[in-house]
Amino acid sequence: MAVDKPGLSVKIGDISFKNPVLTASGTFGYGREFEPFVNLHRLGGIVVKGISLEPRRGNPPPRIVETAGGMLNAIGLENVGVQRFIDEKMDYLRGIGTRVIVNILGDSLDDYSLLAEKVSGVAGISAIEVNISCPNVKKGGVAFGTDAGMARAVTEAVCSKSAIPVIVKLSPNVTDITAIAKAVEDGGAHAVSLINTLLGMAIDIRSKRPRLANVVGGLSGPAIKPVALRMVWQVANAVKIPVIGIGGITTAEDAIEFLLAGATAIEVGTANFVDPSATEKIVNGIEQYLIANKMENINQLIGGLRI
Amino acid sequence: MTQYQTLAEVVKKEQIAADIFRLTLRAPEIAGCARPGQFVMVRAMAGIDPLLRRPFSIHQVSSEGNIQILFKRLGKGTTLLARLEAGEQLDLVGPLGNGFDLNGPGKVCLVGGGMGIAPLYFLAREFLRQSIPPRLTVMLGARTREELVTVANDFKDLGVNDLSLATDDGTLGHHGLVLDLMGRQMAREDQWSVYTCGPHPMMKAVAEMARQNEWLCSVSLETMMACGISACLGCAIPRAGLNGNYLHVCKDGPVFDAGEVAWL
Ligand SMILES: Cc1cc2nc3c(=O)[nH]c(=O)nc-3n(C[C@H](O)[C@H](O)[C@H](O)COP(=O)(O)OP(=O)(O)OC[C@H]3O[C@@H](n4cnc5c(N)ncnc54)[C@H](O)[C@@H]3O)c2cc1C
Ligand SMILES: Cc1cc2nc3c(=O)[nH]c(=O)nc-3n(C[C@H](O)[C@H](O)[C@H](O)COP(=O)(O)O)c2cc1C
Ligand code: FES
Repeated sequence: MAVDKPGLSVKIGDISFKNPVLTASGTFGYGREFEPFVNLHRLGGIVVKGISLEPRRGNPPPRIVETAGGMLNAIGLENVGVQRFIDEKMDYLRGIGTRVIVNILGDSLDDYSLLAEKVSGVAGISAIEVNISCPNVKKGGVAFGTDAGMARAVTEAVCSKSAIPVIVKLSPNVTDITAIAKAVEDGGAHAVSLINTLLGMAIDIRSKRPRLANVVGGLSGPAIKPVALRMVWQVANAVKIPVIGIGGITTAEDAIEFLLAGATAIEVGTANFVDPSATEKIVNGIEQYLIANKMENINQLIGGLRI
Repeated sequence: MTQYQTLAEVVKKEQIAADIFRLTLRAPEIAGCARPGQFVMVRAMAGIDPLLRRPFSIHQVSSEGNIQILFKRLGKGTTLLARLEAGEQLDLVGPLGNGFDLNGPGKVCLVGGGMGIAPLYFLAREFLRQSIPPRLTVMLGARTREELVTVANDFKDLGVNDLSLATDDGTLGHHGLVLDLMGRQMAREDQWSVYTCGPHPMMKAVAEMARQNEWLCSVSLETMMACGISACLGCAIPRAGLNGNYLHVCKDGPVFDAGEVAWL
């Protein structure tokens, strides 16, 4: 039997997404920036730029540099702060007709729980994604996401204040990402998303200076895809909650690899800069793949890796 | 704010100096709404190396729906662009950024250096077409005659009568900086609106001269850019003043009032 409209919807926590294609935080602005290029309604969801309690100015320039098949960024989490986000950005986002996920970041457990409280009651916000790659200022600046105990504590802090599903976004800059994934699952996370950027650097050999003012920055783009895919596969095998795959996804084929490795959904990041209509092309490409392979439902694909 | 992503056909490629090229691209939507000072993000190749798009000022638009970019071959991206031939296609996003405000008071002077000349041609044409300023003066600088002569002639053909040139090696026009031309030709007591684009040190000096003479000065700045559409926040530059805030070149610019920017 020919399949002409395969089922694309996926579930995370108790909310369903019309398809598994989401945007990665920090690469899609607050959605509106992409209106000229993408039918936003077609996307599974929009994950907005990371939001903190107070506005942040971000790092001095240069903040970005291109590297082989990727880029390094040290934006420094510049954002308008949670209040302005709710007042100025949510009206537009509510009108799109797709899921909105708010990415949050903080310096302390208190920051995270206050943010969760502020965000979780706002109409039109479907889930919270918690960026735990940030330094914990009370613990000497060690990133929350690099210590299983701290990762679990942040998860518990957010979950206790949130009425909507909580997705914890994992840092790849750890020895064993499955240990962190299990800790946040134990802390009550409804899903995990991975990976955030890999810490890297680049040097200008003429001036002998680092290319980023911040010296180090996060590597993203096609260059990190094999590492991301490996980590997604490992985590999908280690936890029971849904996994959202992120890292270098540029085409529908890339997205399908992550779904086969066990991801329930995926996020598209750096590819949005290269091709602002990438997300919509990926939704269409996944649909065509299902039709070509006579699959009626995306769930037949998820975790379908044969070893 | 209308923006488009479009596959543009290369209508013409000209090599106007050893390392300077001009591409004429068929992009009717962009040509239909672009303003001087706006730019396009160009994808030099479909693969992932180089990965990111490259920003280029819109050098010219034509009524037949074409736009032109004028660029110098520097690295990977521009080397690929220089290899394109007529008939090939190029993925463009634009028009982006704010563009110049043409309503500056008094006499108008455009000061361009190197590839910063690119947007000033479109600007000069608009000024002449709309016959806005009582007088249009153009000062252009480059390293050598070879780099300058073709575009300088284009300005003449456009009808710019008050055109002065400077080269670093003295092979065309004044032997020295465009800044020297400004000092000689712009009477201090006159009211001027200065529009400038070029290497950072040049724009910094032009901005300083304008400040001292209380002339209005618009600068078109360059930074590294990943997206060009206000999504990555990679194009930050420090804002003037002590509050430590940043401006974003792709959204707040690329054209700024010189007084808004911290000239480091
Ligand atoms: C708004 C805007 C408008 C521009 N308009 C023009 C134009 O009309 N004509 C033109 O020739 N160039 C223009 N540029 C600069 C142009 O984008 C760069 O020269 C180009 O990206 C270099 O790409 P590449 O791959 O060849 O060089 P790369 O291999 O990326 O780098 C080669 C060298 O160029 C430098 N470079 C790279 N990117 C930039 C940049 N964005 N600005 C300055 N230096 C850079 C690098 O530091 C390096 O030294 C503009 C830049 C901006 C931001
Ligand atoms: C410019 C830029 C800004 C980013 N900002 C954030 C952010 O604010 N919060 C966050 O959790 N991740 C942020 N990320 C990480 C991405 O969401 C994503 O995890 C990472 O880039 C890997 O995916 P990619 O290779 O598809 O880009 C940012 C990435 C980039 C390139
Ligand atoms: S270049 Fe991406 S925000 Fe300006």
